[in-house]
Amino acid sequence: MLGRTAHGLFWMCRYLERAENTARLLEAGFHMALTRDVATAEEEWRSVIEAFGQRAGYEAKHGTYTGHQAWNYLLRDPDNASSVLAMIGAARTNARAVRNAISGELWEAINESWMEISRLLARPVAQSSVGEAVQIIRRAGTAVHGAITGSMLRNEGFHFARAGTFVERADCVARILDMKYYLLLPSLSYVGTSLDTGQWDQVLRSVSGDRAFRWLNAGRIEARQIVEFLVLDDRFPRSLAFCHSALREELAALARMHGREGDSNAQMRAQATRLGELTIEGIFEQGLHEFLLEFMEANHAIARAIAEDYRFLS
Amino acid sequence: MLRQEFVARGFMYAPDATFDEMRAGDGAVRPAYRDYLNWYEDQESRFLMGKHRDAEIAFRRTGITFNVYGEDEAEERLIPFDMVPRIITAAEWRRLTRGIEQRVSALNAFIHDLYHRQEIVRAGRIPQRVLRDNAAWLPNMVGFTPPGGVYTHVVGIDLVRTGPDEFYVLEDNARTPSGVSYMLQNRETMMAMFPELFTRIPVCPVSDYPRRLAKSLAACAPSGTSGRPTVAVLTPGIYNSAYYEHAFLADQMGAELVEGSDLRVTDGRVAMRTTRGYEPVDVLYRRVDDEYLDPLTFNPDSILGVPGIMDVYRAGRITIANAPGTGVADDKAIYSFMPEIVEFYTGEKPLLPNVETWRCADRESLAYVLDNLADLVVKEVHGSGGYGMLIGPAASRRELARFRRKLEARPENYIAQPTLSLSTCPIFSRSGLAPRHVDLRPFVLVSPDGIEIVPGGLTRVAMRKGSLVVNSSQGGGTKDTWVLKD
Repeated sequence: MLGRTAHGLFWMCRYLERAENTARLLEAGFHMALTRDVATAEEEWRSVIEAFGQRAGYEAKHGTYTGHQAWNYLLRDPDNASSVLAMIGAARTNARAVRNAISGELWEAINESWMEISRLLARPVAQSSVGEAVQIIRRAGTAVHGAITGSMLRNEGFHFARAGTFVERADCVARILDMKYYLLLPSLSYVGTSLDTGQWDQVLRSVSGDRAFRWLNAGRIEARQIVEFLVLDDRFPRSLAFCHSALREELAALARMHGREGDSNAQMRAQATRLGELTIEGIFEQGLHEFLLEFMEANHAIARAIAEDYRFLS
Repeated sequence: MLRQEFVARGFMYAPDATFDEMRAGDGAVRPAYRDYLNWYEDQESRFLMGKHRDAEIAFRRTGITFNVYGEDEAEERLIPFDMVPRIITAAEWRRLTRGIEQRVSALNAFIHDLYHRQEIVRAGRIPQRVLRDNAAWLPNMVGFTPPGGVYTHVVGIDLVRTGPDEFYVLEDNARTPSGVSYMLQNRETMMAMFPELFTRIPVCPVSDYPRRLAKSLAACAPSGTSGRPTVAVLTPGIYNSAYYEHAFLADQMGAELVEGSDLRVTDGRVAMRTTRGYEPVDVLYRRVDDEYLDPLTFNPDSILGVPGIMDVYRAGRITIANAPGTGVADDKAIYSFMPEIVEFYTGEKPLLPNVETWRCADRESLAYVLDNLADLVVKEVHGSGGYGMLIGPAASRRELARFRRKLEARPENYIAQPTLSLSTCPIFSRSGLAPRHVDLRPFVLVSPDGIEIVPGGLTRVAMRKGSLVVNSSQGGGTKDTWVLKD
């Protein structure tokens, strides 16, 4: 397979995953804001915007944080290169460039999602339509993953696509956690209040983990358990542990196919050892924010190593 | 069937004076369309309207779009698809293919001759100046014979019809003819929309074109190739107007779709960057123009090509299809010599006539053209895609005057042809079947094993009533082309 094709497959899935997670985070922010009065909801929207590193871009455009501005900025603002619309478009552009490496079903799933989402986001989104927009974007993700699992040949292309998904998902979930824990926590006195629990509940919902968490924890909501669930529980498909164990499998499959291990495999192994030794106590001792920053950096380094090992660009 | 019957059954199908491929002058249905029309008459108009809408949705979903130059870069447009097939009988097709084979083999012999001994010029059959002025002439090709002796691996011959047995060649596309993906996709769409038609009417399949292309290209691999040749399709990238076709053909052939940045010359071979390192390519089906092929040899600013590929080519270590420099044979000045060219290399009279052509470089011709501008079609010698041409009968007085000045300033840039009465075929419209002008581009494959023509081709149709411009860049559409089995 061409290096450029591998690169295209990897990024096709990364952009899709990022679009989906932006929408998920937006939904969480939306619900958090709904439960607050207008004045304080500014905090939530700022945190949502900041979680994906878009604060500078947003503030260059808007002086205040309001829901309408925030969700339109995240979903469709033409000045926002990381809007959901731009990322779905980028995913489709990549899919077009690798069209002969993906199944017809997968192409149609991406192209149809793009058509639907572009139509939906052609005009400013009203409050009453935010839910629908998020739902359609989530459903696009499901359709694409279904097409990948159900129709793609298990060749290297499949593994590059999946690797892209898990690299990006790990990054996004870490960002969502960080938003809640670091950005949204004005002072320690909030911890354990109904506001705090409500926010955690929204974080769980944004990764579709609320039901699973309730099963496992008999309805109690506590920050510690939630963090443990989202970081360490490798049964939950959006936890950091799950993402990196899945990523490790994809990279191992690639190494088998190519008959050699690269730097990406070595880094992945080191990361697995680190995560394997982690306990929730250790994480809080280090500080969740510091841990998440370290995790995101390791994740980026693995992505860079994949690009090097498989000659994405040169 | 008589004219009255047409009207009685609700068909207000009224072709004008030109040759209509479905209906003869006396109102009778021509043999090619008999079975189809029988079927059509049985369909409810609601059903047909529904299918008409489905077709567009299907095309958009699969992303068969093209980009129009000069419009918003991101814009992808659909070429209108008409669901009434254009139908050709087996006997008509046999006659056509003989003419096409003759013409294409003459083209190859001609190009070879031009880059070698130039017998045809020595014989005084074409003037030296036509070559000297030819922008597509490549000095690097002089004295070099491409692998297998093949220059034009893929040719698209544009034909127009004016009568029962009258097909004229309008243009030879010997560089990188496009449109074959529409031939294939139109058929797929038709089979999906009207499966019962294909059980009722015996239509020659076209679906094996990609397989034949792959085989034909592989047969042209350099002589030193061991094992199965590696074939790659070179595209300028996703913003090219024909990108869909490049991806489609690579996909169907199981070949890699590469861009210039994927290729480089290593160890005297052209190689592509894969996830395992650089792997050599034996045959490059390139869909970029000559001038972008090798920045070391041609346009130094090109980022679409491969530095050094021409050296590898001249060393006989890669096949480039079509060969660089084939453009000398398909410009419109050479076109006017094609009858002589066919005769010179095949020793036979051309089976397919040219459209009468005045070369404005000749003083007498220019005078004639200027006197009759309002009745002629004038084209740029190096133009394509219907741009920069004048259709006399449709032009305003001001346009005529402006074109007259252009002609007088640079006569050698233009040729002129009579306005042909292109045949019409039925298209589906809100008020039923309606006649529209069409042309036909069959696709021809050339390899050392011979010349192959897939039974069918791309029918382009002017969707506007009375219009003679079928180019997709100017609002033309396409339809499925059926060649009936005996």
